[in-house]
Amino acid sequence: MISLETYIFITILPPLFVCLITPLLSKNENLRDALGPVGGIISSYGAIEIFTAVLEGKNISIKLLQISDGIFISFDVTPLGAIFGLVASVLWIFAAIYSVGYMRGNQEKNQTRFYTYYAIAVHAALCIAYSGDLLTLFIFYEVLTFSTYPLVTHKQNELALKAGRLYMSILVGSSVIFLLPAIIWVWILTGSLEMSKHGVLDGYLNYEHAPYLLAMFAFGIGKAALIPIHKWLPAAMVAPTPVSALLHAVAVVKAGVFTMLLVLTNIFGIDFLSKTGASIWLIWLASFTLLITSIIAVYKDDIKARLAYSTISQLSYITLGGALASATATQGAILHIVTHAAGKITLFFVAGAIYVGAKISKISELNGHGKSMSLMLLAFFIASLSIIGVPPMAGSWSKFFLMLGAAESGYLFVLIVFSISTILNAYYLMEIPARAFFLKKEKEIKVKIPVLITIPTLCTCLLTIILFFAFEPFQNLTSIMVK
Amino acid sequence: MTDIIIKNLPILVVLCPLMMSLFVVLIPNTFISWVVTLFTTLITFIFSLLLYQEVYQYSSISYALGNWIPPLGIEYVIDKVSIIPIIIITLISFLTTFFASKIMPAEINNSSISKVYSLWLLAIAGLIGLVTTGDAFNLFVFLEISSLASVALVAMGAQKDKQALVAAYNYLILGAVGATFYVIGVGLLYGITGTLNLADLSSRITEINDNKALVAGFGFMIVGIMVKAAVFPLHIWLPRAYAYAPSAVSVLLAATATKASLYILARILFSVFDISDTLITLTLTYVILPLSIIAMFAGTIMAIYEKDIKRLLAHSSIAQIGYITLAFAIGTKASVAAGFIHMFNHALIKGALFMAITSMSFYLNKRITINTLSGLGRAMPITFSCFVICSLSLAGVPLTAGFISKLYIIKASISAEGVWIALLILASSALSVIYLWKMIEAMWFHEGPKDLVIKENPTVYIALLMITFLNIYFGLDASIVVNSSFEAADQLLGVQK
Repeated sequence: MISLETYIFITILPPLFVCLITPLLSKNENLRDALGPVGGIISSYGAIEIFTAVLEGKNISIKLLQISDGIFISFDVTPLGAIFGLVASVLWIFAAIYSVGYMRGNQEKNQTRFYTYYAIAVHAALCIAYSGDLLTLFIFYEVLTFSTYPLVTHKQNELALKAGRLYMSILVGSSVIFLLPAIIWVWILTGSLEMSKHGVLDGYLNYEHAPYLLAMFAFGIGKAALIPIHKWLPAAMVAPTPVSALLHAVAVVKAGVFTMLLVLTNIFGIDFLSKTGASIWLIWLASFTLLITSIIAVYKDDIKARLAYSTISQLSYITLGGALASATATQGAILHIVTHAAGKITLFFVAGAIYVGAKISKISELNGHGKSMSLMLLAFFIASLSIIGVPPMAGSWSKFFLMLGAAESGYLFVLIVFSISTILNAYYLMEIPARAFFLKKEKEIKVKIPVLITIPTLCTCLLTIILFFAFEPFQNLTSIMVK
Repeated sequence: MTDIIIKNLPILVVLCPLMMSLFVVLIPNTFISWVVTLFTTLITFIFSLLLYQEVYQYSSISYALGNWIPPLGIEYVIDKVSIIPIIIITLISFLTTFFASKIMPAEINNSSISKVYSLWLLAIAGLIGLVTTGDAFNLFVFLEISSLASVALVAMGAQKDKQALVAAYNYLILGAVGATFYVIGVGLLYGITGTLNLADLSSRITEINDNKALVAGFGFMIVGIMVKAAVFPLHIWLPRAYAYAPSAVSVLLAATATKASLYILARILFSVFDISDTLITLTLTYVILPLSIIAMFAGTIMAIYEKDIKRLLAHSSIAQIGYITLAFAIGTKASVAAGFIHMFNHALIKGALFMAITSMSFYLNKRITINTLSGLGRAMPITFSCFVICSLSLAGVPLTAGFISKLYIIKASISAEGVWIALLILASSALSVIYLWKMIEAMWFHEGPKDLVIKENPTVYIALLMITFLNIYFGLDASIVVNSSFEAADQLLGVQK
């Protein structure tokens, strides 16, 4: 019988091993490329076990070492963490297979280095998911930033290096200037960095100071990409598509909103927030971010840039859900992490497939090429429906809960914001398959998409439908979180 | 036998390097003189560890020199406070001696090496003596022993660069002024109280009210020690001395010399005089606090604009000394403890950074400036990794020792003075990232010369690895340092008279 704590290691260690072994196998490409999917399967096994255990109400926590009074390196699985860990590890399997197809199909250089850092990034994301205190969270948050830098600058040309500098300066700068001091502030107030289900600040933090501390967290967590610290995400799109897909649609940005939600629920506590109104300004800022970036997305011609702005807007749904400080909205926010991840990774997979298969990266060049890659564009269509929130796709659930939460807490303008954004979503996402299927072709292109790209894309696309029907465990878990 | 050693530990820890320094000078062979020196520093370190145990058993050890009972005779006192600088000095001097094996012969003529090691041990003996003695005049004697030995060591750098003579001369003059100020202060206090024993002094001072001579004596003592501790703006001897001393000497001095003086400063402020005294409160809030804040920024900004790396690190030391004096100036138990924590951690950090730079100049065989750093990161991966880790530690990144120091300094300053000092500390450490990044960028991202091939030598990097390991270890398990520092602060401020 394996103890529950062991499953934490079964989940977080495989990517670390993959990262350590990959450089040794740089000569044997097939073996090297098989490591990722195998690691993903082992990780997912652990994550599923943890998921079910948390669902049964079990407590999984482990203290690795004590640094000083109240400062630990520890893991403690919250329901939110169990969900994020499951999402990151399961999608890693598909992304790992997809990377092989993409990197080979595109004949990229330095593939060994790519897989090495890719695995560290996944490791960091999983450690963030299960971290039991703010310091552990912060450390792996930074590991995630630094490990994705070589991936963003993978092409090593002037453009990539410039984007890399922007990426690092925003993410590292915001976390050092705001997040770390905010964490220290919490430590000074409460004498500990541990989190608790109902928040730890009640009774310690002066109500008037609460919005400022929250602001330090909100702007410190640059990965959640609120305006005006969102610029790093479009910049990161110079990376190869598997990076954009797993990291900048799932692991990195979800680590950001995950941290944000964790801070809102387990540091401040929903009750504390609704009592003090500390997060009202965040509702406005998130709504603003959500609308503006949806509008910007409409004007982007580059597929990946459009998807990036769409991601920023969707991240703000999650932040907004947390900031509303009601149980239902928080549930919706957590669920949106899952449903958006499945949908957005599919969209990026398709964008990458189009690039590898037809060397097209602009939407305006897609006209009429629908027939030659109909399967991929169908997947894009289905995933788009999920992001927009049409049943029977998974995205409809989370949007439903978010809207219900907004209505419950009495913020009617949030409902309007959601509706406008949904219309915009529909417009900028549907334009892509519409152009490909209905407009006239300008010139013939020979399209060849590797099978290693097609299969994972179809799998994640299927996930968006399966999740609609297999929704109950997620919903149960979120209700444990907010109870 | 062991019984006698244990009983005489407080004097042995001073006598061991002092006696051996007289012996080392007679050894003609350079290697043997190094081995003897290394052995001596190791023994001294072991003695200090035994002392640590003793101190925590008895809380305070008093040793009457020559069995002349204090306050008439000279007393050596080792308590939970003084054990911290003792451990720092002995630990660092052991590691640096180990490190010096290859470095020293590269810069010093074979014929002078045994003399250098003799001075080396003399300086260490002086520093340890400074910390252990409980007698104000004996303290002056050790202050002079350590300064004169250090001056001579700095002057040995002249074999490579004549600038060292100027640096040593500066150091000598300012050091002498500092020591004279201190001894004038001691004289004045002796005139009023009639005692030289520090503990006795402290109890008699409380009986004296409103005496101008007392104020003058205190002022002279404090200024004298502040020169030695390189508190801004009395630091001007330091950058030059560190930059032109033989490299191994820079490592030793940077990590230990000012720490001993800082300890004396704390002793005079909190133990000889009394924190509740208005004189001390005024000194802390209107002299030391503002000076520390200026030092934090001035040191950092000078470091940003400095091209010569050893000088850059020296400027950075001034800023770091500013953190320590700032912590003392706040004057609460938590802040004094934070000062001691940073004293220990900074010795590890700065020692390691100087070691890394010294190794680089050893292989290149020239002075290290920001331009000569190009490409060294790739040519010397081990040294470079250590340098990066210790830079992170200096910047205060979690999981390194530097993080613990910053954390406790910030916590103490917030709970005592409010947020503004904490903000200044954060701002200054954010600035420090600039000069650290400047060096790392040059090492890793700039193309080095084509013919740059370096084979790293284990005898050079093992000591560096050890001290880097300590940087990480004390970042992961800070309980020993933190607890000892809090115990020290308790003992230092505990008895409020």
